[in-house]
Amino acid sequence: MAPTVVMGCSAGGMSALRTVLGGLDKGFPRPVVVVCHTGSEDITTFCELLETTSTLPVREARERQSVTTGVVHVAPSGYHLLLEGDGRFALSVDERVSFARPAIDVLFESAASACGSDLIGVVMTGANYDGAAGLRTIRRRGGLAIVQTPADAHAPSMPQAALDVAGADYCVPLGEIASVLNQLCLPKARP
Amino acid sequence: MARPEIEDVEVDLFMRALQLRHGYDFSRYAPASFKRRVLNLAASAGCRTVIELTDRLLREDALVPQVIAGLSVPVSEMFRNPSVFRTLREEVLPVLASYPVINIWQAGCAFGQEVYSLAILLEEAGLYDRSQIFATDFSDAALIRAQEGIFPARDARLYSENYLAAGCQRSLADYYHARYDFMKFDERLKRNVTFANHNLVCDGVFCEAHLILCRNVLIYFTNELQDHVLSLFRDSLVRNGFLCLGNRENIGFASAARDFTPVNARERIFRKSAEAA
Repeated sequence: MAPTVVMGCSAGGMSALRTVLGGLDKGFPRPVVVVCHTGSEDITTFCELLETTSTLPVREARERQSVTTGVVHVAPSGYHLLLEGDGRFALSVDERVSFARPAIDVLFESAASACGSDLIGVVMTGANYDGAAGLRTIRRRGGLAIVQTPADAHAPSMPQAALDVAGADYCVPLGEIASVLNQLCLPKARP
Repeated sequence: MARPEIEDVEVDLFMRALQLRHGYDFSRYAPASFKRRVLNLAASAGCRTVIELTDRLLREDALVPQVIAGLSVPVSEMFRNPSVFRTLREEVLPVLASYPVINIWQAGCAFGQEVYSLAILLEEAGLYDRSQIFATDFSDAALIRAQEGIFPARDARLYSENYLAAGCQRSLADYYHARYDFMKFDERLKRNVTFANHNLVCDGVFCEAHLILCRNVLIYFTNELQDHVLSLFRDSLVRNGFLCLGNRENIGFASAARDFTPVNARERIFRKSAEAA
């Protein structure tokens, strides 16, 4: 399973995602998978809005489809989104986790299983604690964690919960998340 | 090659124990969700590890119904995705009305929310009295719940909103009695429903259906098992019979998909192709 970036956000997430996805390098060499609690029935419009600032194409994640490098995949509403070990998406309508479906924890935990240490988890603004347990699993399996500085977040409780439960390899303001991702993922320039 | 995680080995051993000792085959379930459910089961049974749950599963037959219930899909709501029910009402029922007897198979009925939704839809279309609904699930615990037709009162508002959004004509409250924290659906809605245990993994054709509803069940299956079940549906449907799946399901990787033609792709409603055997 190819190295992957997974992101989770909730309240204030749309605006946060626009900032981060707008800052990624055009040649960003990894797939990006996003869970955002939106509450809206259809996320087509949500994807279109993100795409106006994103450097990468933004698509709804489709069941059984392979994760694609250079594409931002967004979880459909009403379903949990999971990654299988063969690099394909799976959906579930199991119970809500942390009152959410899709839940960030469900994506993160399945991705940690599928990708092992080739995984970066990002937790940003949100008003509950979803993503904290998943981020802990990612770090236990050798992946990296990036958490938005809570004081910088529209809703600080989700990044704070992530820091409390999982800790982080990078705790940075929203405006720096994209550049951290670019530094971690782009091939190093030769001196 | 990295060594597998201990947890993954434990889940695999659990699956084998369930098959060898109790005859349930989950080997073609999509691994990620299966693993999540097994971990949840272990936690809710008070086991520290999955191997501890496996040990109990081997020795306590009484645990099996609880395990099967935990591995099946219990979550639904009445008139979930109302536009699907609206489409059934406006595009599918008028076609079914031309048959003297209408057989409908609700495959994977879980707690029965969709069975009662369907019964109401047929009642309001004036078709219920010549309809027969077969509601099946492989979890006996779920079937018992489905037959009771009792749902938490806190869901009443959501169900009513869905009912109206589906374009139904009366008030959902006409169909249930509210008691304390529960609503119990009218017994009359069950008069033409047969509840039965059927496992899509290993059981075969048992009826000739004009419509099969199986929403958000195949999402838990691998491509191979999905293909197997779609073939079972094809063989269970009359010529030009309808199939309704969950609104995010993708059958593009199943070879049996060629036997179905979409009639409303957005709502995942298909018809068995005329040329399908």
